[in-house]
Amino acid sequence: MKIIVTASDGDVNAQVDPRFARAKVFILYDTETDRWEALDNSQNLNAAFGAGVQAGTTVVNSGAKAVLTGNCGPRAFATLSAASIEVYTGVSGTVAEAIEKFKRGELKPTNSANVDAHFGMGI
Amino acid sequence: MKIAVASGKGGTGKTTVAVNLAVVLSDRGSVELLDCDVEAPNAHLFLDPTIERQADVALPVPVVDDQKCTGCGLCVEVCEFNAIGSIGKGVLVFPELCHGCGACWKLCPEDAITPGQRQVGTVGSGHARSVAFHHGWLRVGEALSPPVVRAVKALATGADFTILDAPPGTSCPVVETVRGADTVLLVTEPTPFGLHDLELAADMAQALGLAAAVAINKVGIGDGAVEEFCASRSLPVVLRLPYERRIAEAYSRGELIAESVPELRADFERLADYLLEHARR
Repeated sequence: MKIIVTASDGDVNAQVDPRFARAKVFILYDTETDRWEALDNSQNLNAAFGAGVQAGTTVVNSGAKAVLTGNCGPRAFATLSAASIEVYTGVSGTVAEAIEKFKRGELKPTNSANVDAHFGMGI
Repeated sequence: MKIAVASGKGGTGKTTVAVNLAVVLSDRGSVELLDCDVEAPNAHLFLDPTIERQADVALPVPVVDDQKCTGCGLCVEVCEFNAIGSIGKGVLVFPELCHGCGACWKLCPEDAITPGQRQVGTVGSGHARSVAFHHGWLRVGEALSPPVVRAVKALATGADFTILDAPPGTSCPVVETVRGADTVLLVTEPTPFGLHDLELAADMAQALGLAAAVAINKVGIGDGAVEEFCASRSLPVVLRLPYERRIAEAYSRGELIAESVPELRADFERLADYLLEHARR
């Protein structure tokens, strides 16, 4: 399956970005092929409104079935859960470490947004 | 004649100028006052109008028929405001982000989207003395003011003088208010903050192609930089109100200062003369 991990840079050794919608980069990883690619998310960095919706759409279009991130806002969460995509918040460390934890089943999905809208604009 | 009263910096005295000008002009012709500061309307505090009619202001927003939607994603793509998200088999609408442009329902290849409504505010109309009065209130929790400003402006019936009391600043609701005015009066105070925001407002008026003039309120509290700026930009200073306690006291009681401080009436009459002279040219 494909998963998305938010990242502060386009590499699996980068830190997990604590923001979902306004993360700098989405790392798209395939658990079956062990291959990854970096998806640029910079158009959302300064989006005044709708970053969560746009980011959610990006994830849906990528074919990913799970998102690993630090924090996820309300509209992003609504979009992802309507698309039956699991959201894992509170994820930290490097992207590679997060992927390993996910594969070992150490991460638990959340059932709601854990921050308000615009949380990622303050960082 | 349409006269917009704007500022830049908030709290400079837009509403003070607007309501007093309205009363003074009502001796020279029919006047309607439109309070377009729909986020914090306050003209009614000074004119004390009787509101005779009210109406809701609604914005058209998309309603998606999930049976017809194929999830093609065209609406998601065209939406400038990310009000529609893709969820694979279909879409999810966020009406609170929608600006009502209609692109999605016009372009949907399956005719799966129809315009619904969401209420963004209310407008009210009435009279205060001989002045026709209209104002609008943005719904609490709503982010989008311009549709309510447009609804207030649509209530104008074309009096001899239409005075539009704008919100502070230079952003979307202000542009919506001042657009189409014959003159915009920029109310400022002679301080560094007043000057900084007056420059922004003057630039805005210029960008919109509007004739502008300046009213300086609280003369005496700061420095001469605002006057110098106006001279350098050939912006006529058409009103100067002094910084005096009795003016502030009258204001705090919700009174019209042109009546409570009778010497000020002459200043507003001169402003009215300027506007009429300007219109004749």
